[in-house]
Amino acid sequence: MENIAEYIKEGRKEAWRAELRKSMKPKERTSLERVQMREQDGEERSHNSMEVNLGLTEQMAVAESHRCLDCPQPTCTIGCPVGINIPKFIKKIEAQDFLGAAAAIKETNALPAVCGRVCPQEKQCELNCFYTQKLNLPPIAIGHLERFAADYERNSGKMAIPEISESNGIKVAVVGSGPSGLAAAGDLAKFGYDVTVFEALHEIGGVLKYGIPEFRLPNDIVDVEIENMRKMGVKFLTDFIVGKTASFEDLREQGFKAFFVGSGAGLPRFMNIPGENYNGIFSSNEYLTRVNLMKAAHEDYDTPVLSGKNVAVVGGGNTAMDSVRTAKRLGADRAMIIYRRSLEEMPARKEEVHHAQAEGIEFMNLHNPVEYFADENGRVNKMRVQKMELGEPDASGRRRPIPIEGSEFDIDVDTVVVAVGVSPNPIVPSSLKDLKMSDWGTIIVDKETMQSSIPDIFAGGDIVRGGATVILAMGDGRKAAVGIHNYIQEKVAK
Amino acid sequence: MNKIIEMEFFSENVAKIILEAPDIAKSRKAGHFVIIRMDEKGERIPLTIADGDPEKGTITLVVQKVGVSSAKLLAKKVGDEILDVVGPLGHATHIENYGTVLCAGGGVGVAPMMPIVKALKEAGNKVITVLAGRTKELIILEDEMRAYSDEVMIMTDDGSYGKKGLVTAGMEDVIQREKVNKAFVIGPAIMMKFGSLTTKKYNIPTDVSLNTIMVDGTGMCGACRVSIGGKTKFVCVDGPEFDAFEVNWDEMMTRMGAYKTEEHAAYEKYLQTVEKKA
Ligand SMILES: Cc1cc2nc3c(=O)[nH]c(=O)nc-3n(C[C@H](O)[C@H](O)[C@H](O)COP(=O)(O)OP(=O)(O)OC[C@H]3O[C@@H](n4cnc5c(N)ncnc54)[C@H](O)[C@@H]3O)c2cc1C
Ligand SMILES: Cc1cc2nc3c(=O)[nH]c(=O)nc-3n(C[C@H](O)[C@H](O)[C@H](O)COP(=O)(O)OP(=O)(O)OC[C@H]3O[C@@H](n4cnc5c(N)ncnc54)[C@H](O)[C@@H]3O)c2cc1C
Ligand code: SF4
Ligand code: FES
Repeated sequence: MENIAEYIKEGRKEAWRAELRKSMKPKERTSLERVQMREQDGEERSHNSMEVNLGLTEQMAVAESHRCLDCPQPTCTIGCPVGINIPKFIKKIEAQDFLGAAAAIKETNALPAVCGRVCPQEKQCELNCFYTQKLNLPPIAIGHLERFAADYERNSGKMAIPEISESNGIKVAVVGSGPSGLAAAGDLAKFGYDVTVFEALHEIGGVLKYGIPEFRLPNDIVDVEIENMRKMGVKFLTDFIVGKTASFEDLREQGFKAFFVGSGAGLPRFMNIPGENYNGIFSSNEYLTRVNLMKAAHEDYDTPVLSGKNVAVVGGGNTAMDSVRTAKRLGADRAMIIYRRSLEEMPARKEEVHHAQAEGIEFMNLHNPVEYFADENGRVNKMRVQKMELGEPDASGRRRPIPIEGSEFDIDVDTVVVAVGVSPNPIVPSSLKDLKMSDWGTIIVDKETMQSSIPDIFAGGDIVRGGATVILAMGDGRKAAVGIHNYIQEKVAK
Repeated sequence: MNKIIEMEFFSENVAKIILEAPDIAKSRKAGHFVIIRMDEKGERIPLTIADGDPEKGTITLVVQKVGVSSAKLLAKKVGDEILDVVGPLGHATHIENYGTVLCAGGGVGVAPMMPIVKALKEAGNKVITVLAGRTKELIILEDEMRAYSDEVMIMTDDGSYGKKGLVTAGMEDVIQREKVNKAFVIGPAIMMKFGSLTTKKYNIPTDVSLNTIMVDGTGMCGACRVSIGGKTKFVCVDGPEFDAFEVNWDEMMTRMGAYKTEEHAAYEKYLQTVEKKA
């Protein structure tokens, strides 16, 4: 962290920044209104799969950038898990150097167009912004600005392909193509390695493709990043499960000198309550995979999906929001969230909760399912829920939900999506006897180098953290790339 | 891309397909399966690896036409490519020397049985195989099974070939006649249910291979879940083989019918487009 602070401080001294700071009084800056993201109308968008947010115009972005005070101690950057030089990129926008702004973000964030859309900014940079902390005003719209800069660059046709060191011909394998794997692959390619990304599914992108829907993160945006990595020489092999299609040992024999494992937290959890295996009850992974990866809602694709009229989604995270909003788009008359805690305690991004509300999603907070019932064909037709109340705070600091005895009642449903969390993907761990694992099934790594108990295997993202975020996964991938680079250089030197 | 090297039709609706898949050919074992996707718009369907040749880099599938995807696959020609083939998936069959093993296969269930019979024989077992089908032309892989079994008994519902009767009748015959130490029953769910009720009567430990609906085949979605001994298990990663006496058959059969309406509509539509082209 020391050097990040140093790097951020240095940049602030540059003449253009000092100039900009003087161009407007802080009072004037703080009196400006926070920009409003343009979005599709709530009713209209609940029937299409197009992106909800429409982005900022250049004028809007520049106006918003004027609000930023270019603080001497920019607290926003502390909230950013990868330490983006936030004031620098915002001031580049103020100077109307949009490509420069994108470049500034890319110094530390490999996937800004993605992060600008899916990061929980309200818990990270925007939470720590001077406006939030000291002025009690809406924070700078850092996420919207990040998205603006990245989109501007992509649409300009001048997307910079990072400079690549001369090829050293050393083969490195990346297992899994989610954000952690992509970030690791990108940096390893920059260092000159011969990188192959192995992906179990038929598509590259991990959760970015099979989980997060188009209306929140269009696939094209991820594809552009993948295309750029191809241009950097990264190879992608789909339909390849490391540990099954070939073992780590097989790959070592093929000359791979190190591995980055970013295999994610892909296993859906169920609640183990009676009737949960009736037809029409899905994990959120199955529901979203059918729709996003297999395009089940398209007439001409073969995969089916059961899309009901009364859909209940159990859970309060991003996955639950994505599922319930998908159900609405597939034609549900009633799409509801059933969550055992209160609205304020939902872990989903705030923006998604607001968007869901605008789209007519019903929220049944402080309710929990206890049993399901089905018709004579085994299709779910009712769920029994129990009311909850909030007790003492638990380990997560949130107040523990306690069931209220005798409060059960039934709701008519024909489709239920269970979105109560995921567990680490066991395929890699079960194929490596000596790999040290935690009790939760995550891979144990050194926090700095991301090296596992097996020296040539590094890991990051959800397989290390349980379930986390895109930005943390990406940060891990980049750290691991440095770890792998040092490990190989040391071995080569010997 | 995986090229089709050879195709052989056992009947109008059942064919053997030999496919290029060099990595899988090397790593597969009896009991493993693959997931294939024919083209960009296709669904992902699970198919057992009936055989493999690591030298040639090929795997063998035996496919029965039951709906859109299997029909599309059987409409392929030698030289065509399959867009996605991923595997080997699932746990390999647990093989040991049990003594005398009864292997009962019905319909395309005979395909997954083939590598198991082969492996059991190699492990020193006496293998008695019962092949069952509605009618003569649905009896497949007889020669291959004879090559690896000590004895093959054939049962058809209509008596057009072998003995007349259900698979369970053939199984009873064998069990009455000699001591059986272990049984494998693979076929349609209903056949596995009744087959394992038969072995249960005689307390013969029995394994079945479940063919639930799947999407990814890697444990990610839970589409394939069934209750085994009262606990929810994912067939793709925890199976596909399970202790027959622990399977909740009624739940499994209900779950397999989840998309009946959609599948039926899709198949009708497919037949229409095929007819139009013809
Ligand atoms: C529906 C949904 C919505 C979300 N919304 C947000 C959000 O708004 N903001 C946010 O920050 N986070 C969100 N998350 C969480 C975020 O997506 C994850 O934290 C992040 O994707 C983790 O990245 P990863 O690289 O660890 O793995 P993943 O993205 O999970 O990718 C892992 C990949 O590895 C592959 N794989 C696994 N095993 C093997 C193997 N043995 N061989 C080859 N390939 C293998 C998998 O098929 C998969 O493609 C969401 C998650 C979901 C499911
Ligand atoms: C582990 C495993 C191994 C299998 N091995 C073989 C094999 O070697 N040969 C063979 O012919 N078949 C095998 N099957 C079954 C095969 O996958 C299905 O017949 C096929 O998916 C049907 O697709 P369809 O579009 O032709 O028919 P559909 O119209 O989709 O369905 C017709 C029937 O097939 C079942 N089915 C539909 N989709 C799936 C799916 N994704 N997975 C499983 N069953 C489904 C349905 O319950 C229905 O009864 C196996 C299944 C599993 C799970
Ligand atoms: S804390 Fe807020 S105002 Fe200060 S530099 Fe960061 S974004 Fe700008
Ligand atoms: S097929 Fe998806 S978990 Fe088994």
